[in-house]
Order: sequence, then structure tokens, then C-alpha cells
Amino acid sequence: MSFLWAGLLEALDRIAHLDRDLVGALAITLRVSISSTLIASFLALPLAFLLAMRRFRGKRLVLAGLKTALAVPTVVVALFVYSLVARNAPLGGLGILFTPTAIVIGQVLLILPLLVALIHGALESSTRTVYEEALLLGASPAAAFWKTIVEAGGGVTTAVMAGFGRVVSEIGVSLILGGNIRGFTRTMTTAIALETNQGNFAQAIALGFLLLCIVLVLNLVIQLAGRQPDAV
Amino acid sequence: MPAPPVSGVTMSCNRARLATALAVLLVGCDAPLPRTGEASRVLLATTTSTANSGLLDHLLPIFQRQTGIRVDAVAVGTGAALRLAERGDADLVLVHDPRAEEAFVARGSGEARIPLMRNDFVLVGPATDPASVEACGGTIEAFRRIARRGSPFVSRGDSSGTHARELSLWRLAGVLRPGAWCLEAGQGMAGCLTLADEMSAYALTDRATFLALADRLQLRPLVQGDSLLANPYSLILVDPRLRAGGNHAGARRLVEWLTSLEGRRRIADFRARGEMLFVPEGGPPG
Repeated sequence: MSFLWAGLLEALDRIAHLDRDLVGALAITLRVSISSTLIASFLALPLAFLLAMRRFRGKRLVLAGLKTALAVPTVVVALFVYSLVARNAPLGGLGILFTPTAIVIGQVLLILPLLVALIHGALESSTRTVYEEALLLGASPAAAFWKTIVEAGGGVTTAVMAGFGRVVSEIGVSLILGGNIRGFTRTMTTAIALETNQGNFAQAIALGFLLLCIVLVLNLVIQLAGRQPDAV
Repeated sequence: MPAPPVSGVTMSCNRARLATALAVLLVGCDAPLPRTGEASRVLLATTTSTANSGLLDHLLPIFQRQTGIRVDAVAVGTGAALRLAERGDADLVLVHDPRAEEAFVARGSGEARIPLMRNDFVLVGPATDPASVEACGGTIEAFRRIARRGSPFVSRGDSSGTHARELSLWRLAGVLRPGAWCLEAGQGMAGCLTLADEMSAYALTDRATFLALADRLQLRPLVQGDSLLANPYSLILVDPRLRAGGNHAGARRLVEWLTSLEGRRRIADFRARGEMLFVPEGGPPG
């Protein structure tokens, strides 16, 4: 219990001194996580839309498969990407193993099923009506598509934030594809793993606490910038 | 006039454009760009003990300042480092498992073993020392006693250099298959020591990690100084043919620097509580 308290004090101390490693890890985490969340969201939105709009045979199987993908361990996703981008692998020539780019790729694959499943859930009930109504009112297909997203509002935002939460807290992909290289691919979570492996529990807790603070600030900004929440 | 829906869509379209721009910006400013970054950096695969001790964080920035060559160290453990290198994912390895290193070189994956530094292992255990290993006359006898008594022993259980040493010591002690009293933790050294502490078990640890945690542990060093507990670290340059587009020249310069007077002095300067954590090969310079 004592190291929890020591952790909080350590966290405050690090903020006060603007510890260079800490700032670096925060920057890397934010850059990588925001990138992967945005990319995955852009891929997921049209996919979820199509899934909500179309009725086809085997749709339930697809949905079941999607939700199963949510249970894949991060390490397994990482190893899959590793097998593609390692030096002597098909995409090895790109030289992206142990760089932030590899982490982003892994994280996008990680949360894509999650985002499609959640956004689809938010769209399912109303999508068809909203889309057709928008077309009737003269909107282009693209604008009508966007309208259905906007109408689902809070549900889509929550889905995106869930995706962000998933990537900001994961270790497997960051560690295996990034390599935990100080100042380059050392994210907050891999830094926490390193501190823990060194037995520095207080420092590990401190980093975790700081990560949560940053995410809280981010969430507050988004919540305040968005529409009035009638549905979360 | 359907004003509200259209303006709502326009506003959201603008937000979408903003988000797209942000995304492109974020991904684009992934500095340095993967290609140039990859080509000029040296990828060093190493052990958790060198990384966890902080030695590399101490040495590598100095090397970069003096030569301009960037070294990215990936700490994955000895076994993983050698396998990684064989797949062509590293330019250089720094590990501590002489047998595995020799096999690696024999296979042609590396040029030669270049001894760099050493420290030692320590057999730690509870103060009560139930198997009476302290001052029993050597490491092998100590391991024999632990096995005979079936006293709990926490093993690394991963293919780390430390684990390799444990296995060879059990073999030398004539213990072919440790029983249920040997707990394979599958964790890093600090995790294993914490576990051993909780369970009042024996463990084999490198001195650096033990020193770092000593204040927090009840475990005591019971057997040390034996030549069987020597822990030598070596560098091996990976065959450049295994790794297209790697930085072999940079790796070679790193090896030269680390084994030079300058490098050895820097290694010797790295201390905890006044003690050298790693002794450079050939002794501390000066």
C-alpha cells in the first residue's frame, strides 16, 4: 500500500521538474495513440455504416466474428504485424519495425474491430431511415452518410473514446513492435512496464497516474467542445 | 428550406476535415521518417539486465554525442536477442550466455564473440537458510543441497542469460529435472526476486539487480565469488548478409568505442552505492 502513496508523491515531483523522459514518453504516447485512433476511426466509420445499411446472408456471422476479434490479445496482434514487417518478411524493406509507425499499424488493427462493432451498435437502429431521409432532402450520398454519423452523435464519440482508451493503455503492441526504445518508442505504458521490471513500483504508479490525468484532460476538452450531451 | 440538417452536416464536415488534417499531421510528423531513421540508426538487441541497470541509458547518449551515430537498444532478453538477430532484425547483440553465443557464431550468424564486461551472479535466499547453503563449500554443493531438501527456488524460467546459468548449475549439481520446489516465474529479475522474497525462496540473481532492490528485500546473499558465478557479457556483430539495409558500419564503430579506453572508462564509471555494476574486460582502466 505504501508504494501507492509514494507513487502519487513521485508523480507530483516529476511534473514539478518536467522530467525529460516523462515528457518524451507522454509525447510519444499521445502522438501514437491519437494517430491510431483517428486512422482506425476513419476506416471504421464507412465499414460500420455499410454493415448497418446492408442486409446480407451471414451478417450475424460477421458480427459474431467482429466481436470475437475484441478478445485477441494485444501480443498476438503485435506478432501478426511483426511477421509482416520484420526485416526478412514481406514488408521488411520498409524498415518500420521498432519505429512508432509499426506501433500505429498494430494499434489500428487492434481497435478496428472494436470501433466497427461499437459504431455499428450506435448506428444500427436509425441509420437506414436517417440516410434515406437525407437523400430525399437533397443531400449527396457522402453528406447523407455523414448525417447518419452525426445523428448517432454520442454513441460514435463514445466508441472513438473507447478505442482511444484501448490503445493508450495497451502494452503488447507498443512493446513488441516499438521495442521500448528510450526517446523514440518508449510510451507511457512500456515505461511503466520497465519501471515495474526494475522493481520501481512507486515510479510505475506515478506514470500510470500521470497518464490518466492527461487522458482526463483530453476527455474534458472533447466533452466540452462537443454538443450538449443528452445521450452519453 | 431544410436549413438545420444541412448546416448541421456542413459543420460536421468541417470538423471531419479538421480531424483529417490533424491525423495526417500527426502521422506525418513521425520524426525521424521511418526510412531515413532506419538506415542510419544502429539496432542493438540486448538483455534485460543491461537495460534495467541503466547502463545503456548512461553509455549510448555519450557515444551518440561523440560520433553522431544513433543507437536504438531493444531489451528483449538473451534468447530473444539472438533469435531476433538471426531474423535480421538487429545489427549488434550484447548478451550473457557464452554457450548460446558460441552456437550463434558457429552457425555463421555473427562474426565473433567480443568480451565486453562482466559482473557476477549471487545465490540469494532467506536469512534462515533452511538448506544451509551459506559457506557450504561452493555453488555446486549449494545447488545440490537445495535440490536434496526441496527448498523453494524461484527460477527465471525464460530463455534469459540468468536462466541459462541456472540450468547449467543444476546440471553440474547432478539435478536433471528440478521438482515442484523449483518455481518457474517467467518474469524479469526484479519480479523473480520479489516473488522469492515473498515466498522465502532461494534465487539466482545478477548482483546489479540485487543491489538495486536490496533495501526492499529480506533476502540475503548466501553464495558468491565462485568462478562458476562469473557473468561475462559479450558483443557480437551480426552478419550483415542477414540484414539488408542495416547499419553494420555504425555497429562496428560502437563495438570499437565500447572496447576502447574511453568506453571502458565509461562502463567503470557506472556505479551504484560506489560499486561498479559492470567491470570492463581487462579491468577498470587507469
